[in-house]
Amino acid sequence: MCLAIPSRIIEKNGFEATVDVYGARRKISLMLLPEEAAVGEYVLVHAGFAIQKVEEDAASDALGFIEEILRALEAEEA
Amino acid sequence: MAINRQTDRQVKGIRMMLGEIGRPVRLMEVCGTHTVSIFRHGLRGMFEGIRFLSGPGCPVCVTSSEDVDRAVLISREPGVILATFGDMMRVPGSLGNLDYARACGADVRIVYSALDALRMARAERTRRVVFFSTGFETTAPGAAAIIHEARKEGIKNFSVYSVHKLVPPALRALLSTPGLDVDGFLLPGHVSTIIGARPYEFIAADKGKPAVIAGFSAEDIISATLMLLGQMRQGRAAVEVQYQTAVRAEGNPKALALMEEFFEPASANWRGIGTIPASGLGIREGFSGFDAAKVFAGVLGGMERAGAASSEPPGCSCGDVLRGLKIPAECRLFGKKCTPESPVGACMVSTEGSCAAYYKYGGPGR
Ligand code: SF4
Repeated sequence: MCLAIPSRIIEKNGFEATVDVYGARRKISLMLLPEEAAVGEYVLVHAGFAIQKVEEDAASDALGFIEEILRALEAEEA
Repeated sequence: MAINRQTDRQVKGIRMMLGEIGRPVRLMEVCGTHTVSIFRHGLRGMFEGIRFLSGPGCPVCVTSSEDVDRAVLISREPGVILATFGDMMRVPGSLGNLDYARACGADVRIVYSALDALRMARAERTRRVVFFSTGFETTAPGAAAIIHEARKEGIKNFSVYSVHKLVPPALRALLSTPGLDVDGFLLPGHVSTIIGARPYEFIAADKGKPAVIAGFSAEDIISATLMLLGQMRQGRAAVEVQYQTAVRAEGNPKALALMEEFFEPASANWRGIGTIPASGLGIREGFSGFDAAKVFAGVLGGMERAGAASSEPPGCSCGDVLRGLKIPAECRLFGKKCTPESPVGACMVSTEGSCAAYYKYGGPGR
């Protein structure tokens, strides 16, 4: 029930937007979105509301953590 | 599952760490969507040393029998349209479920979004539209948003019956359960999109347990598991975010502000677990015109008269399953009297319920 789906904004009119989710079009509300999102950008949609912009380049920290753990392990094994 | 090289390295890393730890590790996936993803991708079988335990994170499963009864009573009132999410239709109450209420003539409608319920109220001014609003922090801001809109537009024939629940207070209660044996937590991704990472701090700071907010793909869950074991190995406990594409430390301030404006913490009844103080959301005093609990107070006051009983179905162990104390196969009704086609308890109703997931994908012990 708590799943939110990344969807691309294809049209925008105030707080209303049309998004494309896996090829289907849906009308959603942007009322809960904390920042501006432009046509063409991706938002996470849950039950008809965009709840966050999806930042593709945000994953660096977690990847850093993971890399650190793996390096440590692999160093011991070697 | 097809595994890319990076994930393959991580799987090896997890196996090595499990070898070092040298005992089975028990991880709780709090969220029902994680439960399904873990099953679907066969992650339960992938790591012998890990026992994944389902937590209380399926909103359908934790909606109490009394709350379903209240929704049924409201739906029977003259002129009422009761709108709710499809998952809620078959959740058992003591007066039957909403599907049954509809078969008996009540106007119960399934909506995809809270916005649809508000649209109904706009379109049918002579009816009283009630949105039976369930879900965690991911869903609650949408309910706040429609109350905001209804108020702005002066819509009078609309109210919300809120049985919203909050994840951190439930985890706090869970962590003080005697006999709970969990080494670390996979925390829900989209709940955290709204609330951020801070409300979980107590898990690490007070209880000394590692916790990682995880995304929903197999790769996400493997990475988050690696991060959890990494913390255990280093003997530290922290709340870390694996799912950084969707979760910021501060959450979604706009959604949080709307929730804060219209809702206040209220004690909530979790199915099978019981009442947990300040673990739910009630509508604030100033907006009682939109609060179905107030609007229909007369009807709801007559619960006992209507024959509603507060007990859970006899023999159902949902409460223990939701707290990681039992696996579904340990319930004697599992797969026999209780199946997805004819569920006895709520954990078997939703596809995200752990009993339903075990049934569908076949968990250990089955
Ligand atoms: S199998 Fe059915 S009866 Fe048993 S705990 Fe699960 S939902 Fe309840």
